[in-house]
Order: sequence, then C-alpha cells, then structure tokens
Amino acid sequence: MAPLIASQEELQRRRIVDINPETVSNFASTDFPGHWPGESHEWNLGKFRDNFNVEFHRNDQFEASFSLVGLDASIANAFRRILMAEVPSIAIEFVFVHNNTSVIQDEVLAQRLGLIPLKGSVEGINWMRWFKKPTEDDPEGGSTPSDFNTIVLRLDVKCEKNTNVDPKEDDPRKLYKHAHVYAKDITFHPVGRQEQFFVGDDAIQPVNPDILIAKLRPGQKIDMELHVIKGIGADHAKFSPVATASYRLLPDIKILRPIIGEDARKFVKCFPAGVIGLEQVTREEASQKGSGYEGHEGEMKAVVRDAFKDTVSRECLRHEEFQGKVKLGRVRDHFIFNVESVGQFDSDVLFLESVKVLKLKCARWKRGLVDLVR
Amino acid sequence: MPGSVDQENDQSMMDAGPEQQYEQEDVLELEDKRIVVLPGATETAASFQFDGEGHTLGNALRYTIMKNPQVEFCGYTIPHPSETKMNLRIQTFDTTTAVEALEKGLDTLMDLCDVVTDKFTVARDGFNASKTDRMES
Repeated sequence: MAPLIASQEELQRRRIVDINPETVSNFASTDFPGHWPGESHEWNLGKFRDNFNVEFHRNDQFEASFSLVGLDASIANAFRRILMAEVPSIAIEFVFVHNNTSVIQDEVLAQRLGLIPLKGSVEGINWMRWFKKPTEDDPEGGSTPSDFNTIVLRLDVKCEKNTNVDPKEDDPRKLYKHAHVYAKDITFHPVGRQEQFFVGDDAIQPVNPDILIAKLRPGQKIDMELHVIKGIGADHAKFSPVATASYRLLPDIKILRPIIGEDARKFVKCFPAGVIGLEQVTREEASQKGSGYEGHEGEMKAVVRDAFKDTVSRECLRHEEFQGKVKLGRVRDHFIFNVESVGQFDSDVLFLESVKVLKLKCARWKRGLVDLVR
Repeated sequence: MPGSVDQENDQSMMDAGPEQQYEQEDVLELEDKRIVVLPGATETAASFQFDGEGHTLGNALRYTIMKNPQVEFCGYTIPHPSETKMNLRIQTFDTTTAVEALEKGLDTLMDLCDVVTDKFTVARDGFNASKTDRMES
C-alpha cells in the first residue's frame, strides 16, 4: 500500500485526549505500525530525537518542574515509577538500643528514626554498596557491616535538670537539658574510607536538623547505635529519594464559537487566574460574515491566554451558555513533571538517575537474553 | 517491583550456601538476569517471564516492541500481584523471531534513554545559564 500521510488536522486530533463533562475519551496511543492503514509509525531514533523536547519551568535544588514533549505515556510513567521506587538512597535501617528509658517504645523510636531523611556526599553515597539483610531462614546469610555498606550514627542523649532557672519557668526546654531530642543530636562516626568521602559539609547528617525525635524528662536516657544502609523505595518508603514525583498532561482549551460580553466575563471565572483573557472584538472580525462576531465590535471576547495554568476543573462544561462553544482536552505527549527531592540529591540529578536506572535495567536483561539464545 | 527485593530467595534459601547468597547480593548491581521462556513457544511466538519486574519495565518494553513493524502482537501481564513476575508475549511475522524482536525492543529503549538524557541535560544547562544571566543583569 502506498504510504498515506495523515492531514495536519487529523494529527492534531490524535494528539489530544478529549475531556468530556463526565468522561475522558480518545486516550489510547495509536502511533503503532499497523494501526492506521498506510502509515508507518515504525520506531525511528532520528525522528524521535527531532520531535522530543525538554523545557524547564523551574530548577531549584530540591524542586524541579519541566516538560517532556514527544514521549509516550508508557515511557514517562516508567521514569516516574523509577523515581519513586527504584532510585537508591540511604536511610537508617538497623537500630541497636543500648539504653532507652524514655516513654517512647524502642520499636516506635526505631521506626521514627528510619524516616529521617539523611544527606551526605553524593559521591560517597554512590560509592556505597548494598547491604544484604539476614532472613529468618538464613540468619547468617547477611552481609557483614563494612565501611562500604554501612554508615554508623549514634544517638546518645541524657536529660538533666538545668540549674539557675527562674522558679516560675514552666517550659521544659528551659528547665531541662535535652528535654526535646532533635535530629541534630544524631552524631556521625565514619569508619574506613568513609572518612575520605564524608568530610565537613559532606558528612552524613539529617537534611532537617529540627525534626523532633522524642521528649525526655530528667533522668531519662536514650543511647543507641544506628546503622544506615542503601536501599530502594520499593523495599521501604524511607528509601524513596523523592517527596513527590508526578506528571500531568498539558491542558488544551479550544474555543469553538465566540464567547462575547457578559458570557465572556463569566467564562473567565470558570478557570484559574491567567488561563482565559478578555480582548476587544476588532472591526475586521466584526465585518467578517459567519464569524459570529457580526455587530459585536468593541465588545469583550474570551481568548485562551495560558492553558498551562489550568487545573481542568471542567467548571465551564456545567454552564448552559457555553454548551458546544468550548472543547477541553489534554495534549497526549506533553508531560509536565514535578520532582521534589527529600534532600539527598538535587532534583534534576534524580531524574537523570531514573533514566540511568531504566537503561541499566535494559542492559541487564539484554545480557540475560544472550544466555537464552546460547 | 524491582529485582533487589529478591523474592525468589524465599524458597531457595535453605538449599543455597550462605557464601553463595552473599556473593549474589554483593554484585547485585551487575548481576545478569535470567529470562525464562514459558512452555509452548515457537520461533515467532513466545512468552517470556521476567523475574523481579513490574509495570515499569513491562509497559515501556511493550511500547518499544510494538513500534517494530515486524511484530504482529506484543502484550504484557503481571499474572499475580504478590509475585514479582512479569510475562511478556511477543508474536512476530515470519521475517523475524520473537527473541530478536525482544532484543530490538531493549535496544530501542536504551537508545531512547540516551536521547532523553542528552536533551534533558542540554535543556537544564540552558535554563540554569539563562537564570544566572537574569540574576546578574
């Protein structure tokens, strides 16, 4: 069959996921060979490179927002899933309680400690290896704690009465030393090669020093050794390097027939600020027959300013006066990512890391495939 | 779910010696994975079982394999949610084999990752540069 080329109009239609008052339609990708008669859709790296585009919206250390355009949902979703569950990071995993006379139980305290986000030299964290945990069936099967798989932290605090306190004082933080135990009370004890990696500002420490861990009263003590290991979010959420990693599709608003005057002002209120603007109907438009603007010169008409800001609340579809005048949709291949790091890595580095993990996965399976053929 | 959770050790733990387990885990990052071909496979139609994978690789790989015009059908499933196994079915036309199609799919996905990394890095550096420009002026 001779190659057919779809019209621009048709291609535009395929690019939009329709959003109806109650439903969503046209959501499945159809860019596969054999789907459209006479069209190729074969994978073409050069074509992908030409069409694919990245646009940054913000790039702060711990929060990045960017658009990936020209990608299939299956790929974008893989990156998102990997960010949350498969990019490795470090967290407290083993807690050895030497002494704990506080009111908070050992296991509850251990769980709280695990959730404290830690930071340190990225180079050092990448250098670290996995720590194999012993299992019930094989209690001896675990790794031996070594400098390359375990980081040792200590929490050793004792609450005591302060002397020279105003007798009327009733704030326990002033009455006693260490009445509140914070994340900053955790100390880092490097061993072996860790001393080269985790120096100065690069030492292993909590991202936020003011996380409250426990409360003590005079005479109570907490003395524990905390072992930090490398892990992934799929094993436990504390190993997830992101606070959020999400994407949304770029909203698309089409005004099919003119919305003028009072209706236009109401239409603006159906959307978040800045999405819809008002413009005067020009003489040209008003003189054009069949445009719907005849005799409305100088009145206000609604125009789409910035669909990016829309939340797609569908409010405009609830009103009688806009029936058939507006079409909502989302651009199928425009993913607006939002990645928020918990503090161990920079957010843009995290995304690159997720791409690397996906590639590594493929490479690993491909090596397994060679065995299969042999 | 990724391979590092290592569910298969649940059954085999008693049989394997501790040293073997230790070594396996220690090289986890470089460890090669075994693909199982499920019974009933022919040259052009086969089901592969990936241990320790899920929707992350499954759907992405399905997409890249379906982009191959010599592939008649490709689909994936996770037969049971509590087993970290992913089955991938490939049926091809006579011009290629299922294994070749799978290999090509993996290659495509790796090429795609390279393009994403390149473009992302360029866009980020451009954005950072323009931001510092604005701050300086």
